[in-house]
Amino acid sequence: MNAYEPMLRAIEVRKSYGHVEVLKGISLDIPRGSVACLLGPSGSGKSTFLRCINHLEKIDGGEMWVAGQRVGYRRVGSRLHELKGREIAKARAAIGMVFQQFNLFPHRTVLENVIEGPLVTRRANKADTVRTARELLSRVGLLDKVDRYPAQLSGGQQQRVAIARALCMDPELMLFDEPTSALDPELVGEVLDVMKDLAGRGMSMVVVTHEMGFARDVADVVHFMADGLLVESGPPSQVIDDPQHERTRSFLAKVRE
Amino acid sequence: MTDLDRSRDDLTVVPARYPGRWAAAVVMLVIAALIGISMVANERFGWDVVAQYLFAPPIVAGLMTTLMLTGASMLIGIVLGILLAVGRLSPNPIVAGAAWLYSWFFRGTPLLVQLLFWFFLSALYPKIVLGVPFGPEWLHFDTNSLITPLTAALLGLSLNEGAYMSEIVRAGIIAVPRGQTEAAEAIGMTRMQAMFRVVLPQAMRVIIPPTGNEVIGMLKNTSLVLVIGYSELMTATQSIYARTFETIPMLIVAAIWYLVMTAVLSIAQHYIEKRVGRGFEQTVRVQKPAMTVTEAIATQRRVKA
Repeated sequence: MNAYEPMLRAIEVRKSYGHVEVLKGISLDIPRGSVACLLGPSGSGKSTFLRCINHLEKIDGGEMWVAGQRVGYRRVGSRLHELKGREIAKARAAIGMVFQQFNLFPHRTVLENVIEGPLVTRRANKADTVRTARELLSRVGLLDKVDRYPAQLSGGQQQRVAIARALCMDPELMLFDEPTSALDPELVGEVLDVMKDLAGRGMSMVVVTHEMGFARDVADVVHFMADGLLVESGPPSQVIDDPQHERTRSFLAKVRE
Repeated sequence: MTDLDRSRDDLTVVPARYPGRWAAAVVMLVIAALIGISMVANERFGWDVVAQYLFAPPIVAGLMTTLMLTGASMLIGIVLGILLAVGRLSPNPIVAGAAWLYSWFFRGTPLLVQLLFWFFLSALYPKIVLGVPFGPEWLHFDTNSLITPLTAALLGLSLNEGAYMSEIVRAGIIAVPRGQTEAAEAIGMTRMQAMFRVVLPQAMRVIIPPTGNEVIGMLKNTSLVLVIGYSELMTATQSIYARTFETIPMLIVAAIWYLVMTAVLSIAQHYIEKRVGRGFEQTVRVQKPAMTVTEAIATQRRVKA
């Protein structure tokens, strides 16, 4: 790739489940150090697109690169070799992901959750990893909870641990799949604050969200998706405050109620 | 009649009463007393014979064999079951198919047949040879010297147990939410790392209770090795009453030992369940205690005032 190497480049990405095509050719670039928010009604394909980025879903057509690395394939001459489990796992380690349902490991304490990745996948030094983990946990305001089990935490606290767990792998790119959708309304703010802080530190982020306030304040670019297509992209001031497409307008009107 | 009368301050709370529980307790006590009295009064129980044989050397030796066979077969069976369950869920269709075929065969034929089959293996293969097929042969074994009643018993019991354990382990794996595997893979774990570090430890919660069943079943299934001439607790008991005709007391001796072993296992299971259940306990959430009726009335009064 050339001098301008985006964090993420997707070209005509397609994905089907059986006969249902959920991504109908998505093309977009996400520059390094920027925050992109994916908006759209449920079923628009935004979560699926996010899961394609770290190969939790395999794309059926098009091409995708993360930090210049082709997702899922290795190119040799004019051939694309499908990657195997170990190579895919290695590529994933550089991409952090935060899930709607947190997905913390319930049988491990907060600290064990955070250090698990580096210890298992990078065979990292335990003392160093624990130090990093404690720094990250203090950043998300949970240093006093290191020995708790996830079930003993509130949803907002669990999600902040999940963010620390992803960050402990020192990722280049962070993916957020509706990180606040499963939270009680009063807990949304604490998670968004952590994400804002992360964006302020220059982390490249792709965020699927319904939080319009967050998208407006933090996103560099907002992508609006509907029915597996990218309808409209641009800075939040344009897409959220002055949408051009009828589809975007009707969605935003419903969300704003 | 509605109860909107707020004029009185001296309401008392009367706990619900459960007369049915008392009635059930009385009935149970009477039944227990009847059984107890009959056990003491009926001399045919032969408690003196029971006491005489409870720690007799052949009985204790049989007990040890039962414990050894159960322990060894379960250990091999559990390891085999985990491998088969992971194999069943493998994306490799050959591995998954082979694991399915194994369970089908070993669950589909009687344990008794399998034990006899292993014991009489030499009739089918008089010699076992280690080497390259159609090539050089390195090691020769005489099947008859390899297959003793002990090895036949271990082979039969553990290979059969592996098939049952594989289904128990598979159920446990399936019970762990898919998001756990995804979260593990998202931090760069391979499928196997996710399975052994994240999924299986959580599956243990579901795997342990039916495995307890299997161990207790195995304690008693070991008595089947009688057909291949191997002696354990039940065989030892039978050979004694065949000689002394003290059938009932000897069966009581066997029953007492089986019950003691089951009790010990149940206690062990309790502690294992506690250990694998870490992080899953009913959480003690800081919750305001529910108001008592009097408090509730007082609060409403304040609000009104």
